[in-house]
Amino acid sequence: MGDYILLAVSCVLVNNILLAQYLGCCPFMGTSKKMETAIGMGMAVIFVLVMAGAITWLIEAYVLKPFNLEYLRTIAFILVIASLVQFVEMFLRKSIPALYKGLGIFLPLITTNCAVMGVCLININEEYTFMQSLVTSFSYAAGFGLALVLFAGVRERILLARVPKPLEDTAIGLVTAGMLSLAFFAFKGMV
Amino acid sequence: MAKSITQEFVKGLWDEIPPFRLVLGLCPVLAVTKSVENGLGMGVAVVFVLVCSNILVSLLRNIIPSKVRIACFIVIIATFVIVVELLMQAYTYALFLKLGIFIPLIVVNCVLLGRAEAFAYKNGVIPSIADGLGIGAGFTLSLVSIGALREVLGNGTFFGMSVFGSSFQPFTFMVEAPGAFVCLGLMLSMMNLAGNK
Repeated sequence: MGDYILLAVSCVLVNNILLAQYLGCCPFMGTSKKMETAIGMGMAVIFVLVMAGAITWLIEAYVLKPFNLEYLRTIAFILVIASLVQFVEMFLRKSIPALYKGLGIFLPLITTNCAVMGVCLININEEYTFMQSLVTSFSYAAGFGLALVLFAGVRERILLARVPKPLEDTAIGLVTAGMLSLAFFAFKGMV
Repeated sequence: MAKSITQEFVKGLWDEIPPFRLVLGLCPVLAVTKSVENGLGMGVAVVFVLVCSNILVSLLRNIIPSKVRIACFIVIIATFVIVVELLMQAYTYALFLKLGIFIPLIVVNCVLLGRAEAFAYKNGVIPSIADGLGIGAGFTLSLVSIGALREVLGNGTFFGMSVFGSSFQPFTFMVEAPGAFVCLGLMLSMMNLAGNK
């Protein structure tokens, strides 16, 4: 049990997927202008990533490995993620319309979120067990949500500040992300 | 066709240079630019995938039904990414290990999907090649320039060769994660300043 908690802490804080491993930066920049969209995106990523982590692990262990098809991993994973996202979207629209409305346009965007694909690949590369993969998937996604929400909070403040003209919008966003990343950098060496 | 082939190529180098103007495909830009060598390797890999997928998409553009086009694009791109992965594993193994997870992640690089959707699906083969080469060259150029800045300041080296001599105290901040964000942000602002948008 202790191992799992340690793993979770290291995924959320120390190896934060966004700020320490640079995965998922496009939605990080794109959906962090408002708090609501940031929360929506964070929830959607947690939801999809846990499912994707579990399914890709099973596919790697029971389909790709036994048949020596590891070189097809990239194409297999991206297809799984794309169809999973599509499936989740249809399922939510039918059965939980409230949640579907909340997540809205962020669901289809997740297909090209490299955090999802990245975590699935990390799980395989690090040779985690099934339970460990579930824990890391959830905590990486939670870390993504945490960073996104924090960043959205800062960015809403920046809107009110006077920023030099060339630095406006994305440029100041990136510099801010650097500062945030510096804050997370302090966790390094903790685990 | 309003634009000539050269214009399609040149636009990728300045007007639509991917990480700066389009703000797409940021993850590899931040992650692999610790050194010039990594940036260049990544850039070449992306150029290859981009050109090949642009060719195939534009050849098949009349066959692919528009409803499932995104899925088709992803399969095409993923195929070429696997080709690159296997080639790099065979010929440049050291670089393959350094870039690691970011090679398979070319699949989810928005630049590739974006070009397939916005350009190759609507244009012929020759302009698509030019577009792929141009955008790819722009992408490589920005990777190399960010890589150069970070490597020179953060490590005191360029392509592994020492620049400032042994008395240089490396500015380690630049090669760590926070430096990547700040560096890209400042370069973006330079571009804005120069482009007086």
